[in-house]
Amino acid sequence: MSHDTIARWQFAITTVYHFLFVPLTIGLSLLVAGMQTAWNRTGSVEWLRLTRFWGKLMLINFAMGVVTGIVQEFQFGMNWSDYSRFVGDVFGAPLAMEALIAFFLESTFLGLWIFGWDRLPKRVHLATIWLASLGTVISAYFILAANSWMQHPVGYRINPRTGHAQLTSIWKVLTNPTQMVTFPHVLMASLLTGGAVVVGLSCWHLRRGHQVELHRRAVHLGLVVCAVASVGVMLSGHFQGQVMTRQQPMKMASAEALWDTEDGAGLSLFAYGDVSHGDNKIDIKIPHLMAFMATNSFSGKVQGVNDLQAAEVARYGPGDYTPVMGVTFWNFRIMMGLGAVYFGLSLLGLARMRGGHLPGGRFLLLAFMWAAALPYAANTAGWIFTEMGRQPWVVFGLLRTSSAVSPGVSTAAVIATLAGFTVIYGALATVALRLFLRHGRHEIPALSPNVTISGEPRVGVALPSLAY
Amino acid sequence: MLEEFWFALVGVLWVGFFVLEGFDFGVAALLPVVGRNDETDRRAVLGTIGPVWDANEVWLLTAGGAMFAAFPEWYASLFSGMYLALFLVLFSLIIRGVSLEYRGKATTAAGRAWCDRGIVIGGALPALLFGVAFANMVRGLKMTPDHTVTTGFLGLLNPFGLLGGVTTLLLCTLHGAVFLTLKTSGEVRDRARRVTRSLAPPTVAAFAVLAIWTVVLRGGIAVAAVSAVGLVALVFAVLSWFAERDGWAFTGTAGAIALLVTSWFVALYPYVLPALGTPENSLTVSDAASGHYTLTVMTCVAVLFTPVVLGYQAWSYWVFRRRLVGSDEAG
Ligand code: HDD
Ligand code: HEM
Ligand code: HEM
Repeated sequence: MSHDTIARWQFAITTVYHFLFVPLTIGLSLLVAGMQTAWNRTGSVEWLRLTRFWGKLMLINFAMGVVTGIVQEFQFGMNWSDYSRFVGDVFGAPLAMEALIAFFLESTFLGLWIFGWDRLPKRVHLATIWLASLGTVISAYFILAANSWMQHPVGYRINPRTGHAQLTSIWKVLTNPTQMVTFPHVLMASLLTGGAVVVGLSCWHLRRGHQVELHRRAVHLGLVVCAVASVGVMLSGHFQGQVMTRQQPMKMASAEALWDTEDGAGLSLFAYGDVSHGDNKIDIKIPHLMAFMATNSFSGKVQGVNDLQAAEVARYGPGDYTPVMGVTFWNFRIMMGLGAVYFGLSLLGLARMRGGHLPGGRFLLLAFMWAAALPYAANTAGWIFTEMGRQPWVVFGLLRTSSAVSPGVSTAAVIATLAGFTVIYGALATVALRLFLRHGRHEIPALSPNVTISGEPRVGVALPSLAY
Repeated sequence: MLEEFWFALVGVLWVGFFVLEGFDFGVAALLPVVGRNDETDRRAVLGTIGPVWDANEVWLLTAGGAMFAAFPEWYASLFSGMYLALFLVLFSLIIRGVSLEYRGKATTAAGRAWCDRGIVIGGALPALLFGVAFANMVRGLKMTPDHTVTTGFLGLLNPFGLLGGVTTLLLCTLHGAVFLTLKTSGEVRDRARRVTRSLAPPTVAAFAVLAIWTVVLRGGIAVAAVSAVGLVALVFAVLSWFAERDGWAFTGTAGAIALLVTSWFVALYPYVLPALGTPENSLTVSDAASGHYTLTVMTCVAVLFTPVVLGYQAWSYWVFRRRLVGSDEAG
């Protein structure tokens, strides 16, 4: 394997891994903030118990998001130094803003939230979790703006002296049309992830008849969030598809395995045969849907891979501009399919819950439990599709992935760190998952007497309440 | 002008990182010494950094982000050049973060013991490695004309680099011990004071030798002056220890760390990365810098948000200002 292939594997593994934790942090911190607000508003101590139970699980996940995020911050310099030289003037700005504006906010206020239960007035304490949660959302905004610039570079010029990209408008970078559709999509996907995890674990408890009243309440909140968020991902995904058809037609054509330009193209549900060589033996399609998704018109024209390849050769010179078709085609389908499945599930569950019932019988509860995995699969599929669909470019139209790696780093060094990260990430996944499940299976405790919840500061307490 | 301003700002961010994470590293490394074998004591020790360590780590991320935005060439050359060293740093920071956060949630004594090991390694190793890395940055790395670093990992382990590492390790541990003295009372505090006493002499010695060597290597009155003030701060910390003025002692060690890091940046200027053996390949502040527009934008953002960040960080230290107690008083 060549140097850049290994570096790509390393980036893919560490980033996909980081993004296993990120959506749950974003989604769950909003849900926990919601629960704590409900406690503040209603005074119902049940909401407080849920806040503390889910808060602890959120923190187990958050720790993993933080430690894997540090790797991301330095990886561009370590493995992609020519990339960093080329884009730093543009791309570094949102990254630095993310650290200064978002990471300080989330880490400081999360510390205050964890340790502040008995030291802050009730309302101030509630504000800390909202600010931490806001921090995660702001962080997503900046990093996605950086990623959107790679998908669709705007607000820059190429410096004639250095040949590097140079920022000309930060405003354009932060309001990139790509960003305007990507950010809502990822935010909705994160809410869906948070909601689905709450629903899944609570249904595990419901199946065993644990604390039914309490867990039912959590399931209901989770299902409402999931229903809204799954509509949200579908809507925003639709607009994303349109934007991408304009900006990176090749990505969308390959997502559809659409080889030849068609008027009123159908949306392929399933294709069989040698998809990656333009030889779809079986192809089940919903007529005209692809054309609608891409252009808002059922008879719109959608360009095919073969025409696009020829056009890009004419524009950028000889080369292969077609992404790995099997990967884009299937990941796009997995993501969309799972979104639709979860939409159906959440409506079903909400309907069953009316009148104080449980969201389903033994079988349906089991289904909800396992369905917690769906958003994870969809998130991963979404990123792999987005990033691999952009290949061979790392910055679309400007810089090829093969020209982006660090020239001074030996292949052996990249292999060594790839192995190191894989081993430690594997070990940590086991630890984190076990810890999550162990705490998730606990009964939700009645409030212990040594925790004051009045907001009155207590003197002489050695141990903060949620940790250590 | 803007370029020099950002060079200084990157220096300030690294100063913030070393001063704040310095005591996190030190407290973590001292866990088995000051926390002995008693669980309540250990919780008191870790409780001193629990609410703040994550926010302190963000100084590192901001410093990295600022280098990327303001000096892409520096970010790219340095981090790809110190590839394996940086990997070890990341590795130990991962272990530290997870161990600190999971210790309180571990359900068995064995789980806690593993976390304790992770905390000690994750405190001591970065404190050592950051010193090695910065000393080498000041000393210079072998570079090609397009700033690709050719010094390998073993090349970083030269005497000057190692002395840098030992100095930061000692200094951070001392800083951590003084922080523990300030933030605890009773038996735990007494132990922290004893550790401070035994660490102070070697730290002063290492600091002095490193300062002299840096001046010999890179010269300059300014470097000598900054280092001298740093040494005074360190001695001041020791004197405050005798007077049992915990706050002043902490100010002293914080000042010593801040001035050491400042002396490195003063020694570097006008370079960001000197080339060893081939001075003409060195990377200068202006070569490495981003365009005027980017620097202006980043300046606005920094001027707007830094006071806000400093404000709420200060508030969080104020909220957690109380001293924690160990087993002898908590019962
Ligand atoms: C700030 C920029 C940025 C952001 C926010 C992301 N990526 Fe990306 N991605 C890149 C910048 C990038 C890159 C530097 O451009 C890579 C490295 C090599 C490449 O081809 O593109 C890349 C590659 C890359 C690959 C490998 C593609 C390939 O080898 O063909 C995957 C699977 C992902 N990314 C997945 C993700 C995930 C799960 C992300 C969510 C956190 C993510 N990316 C965010
Ligand atoms: C490849 C680019 C990325 C880089 C360089 C990066 C960098 C980082 C860093 C350094 C942290 C740790 C912050 C801390 O200590 O608190 C972090 C955490 C986080 N990142 Fe990323 N990140 C990337 C991708 C993303 C994306 C795409 C999102 C959102 C859509 C995201 C959202 C978050 C969030 C919410 C956290 C908080 C911690 C957690 O997840 O539990 N990141 N990231
Ligand atoms: C019918 C439903 C959906 C449609 C039409 C859709 C559409 C899209 C499109 C077109 C992209 C690529 C954008 C680009 O290349 O920049 C994308 C990316 C992505 N999708 Fe979806 N999606 C759907 C459902 C989901 C679901 C259910 C999830 C997760 C829970 C999800 C998570 C993601 C993620 C994480 C990305 C990568 C980030 C991004 O570029 O936005 N999507 N989606």
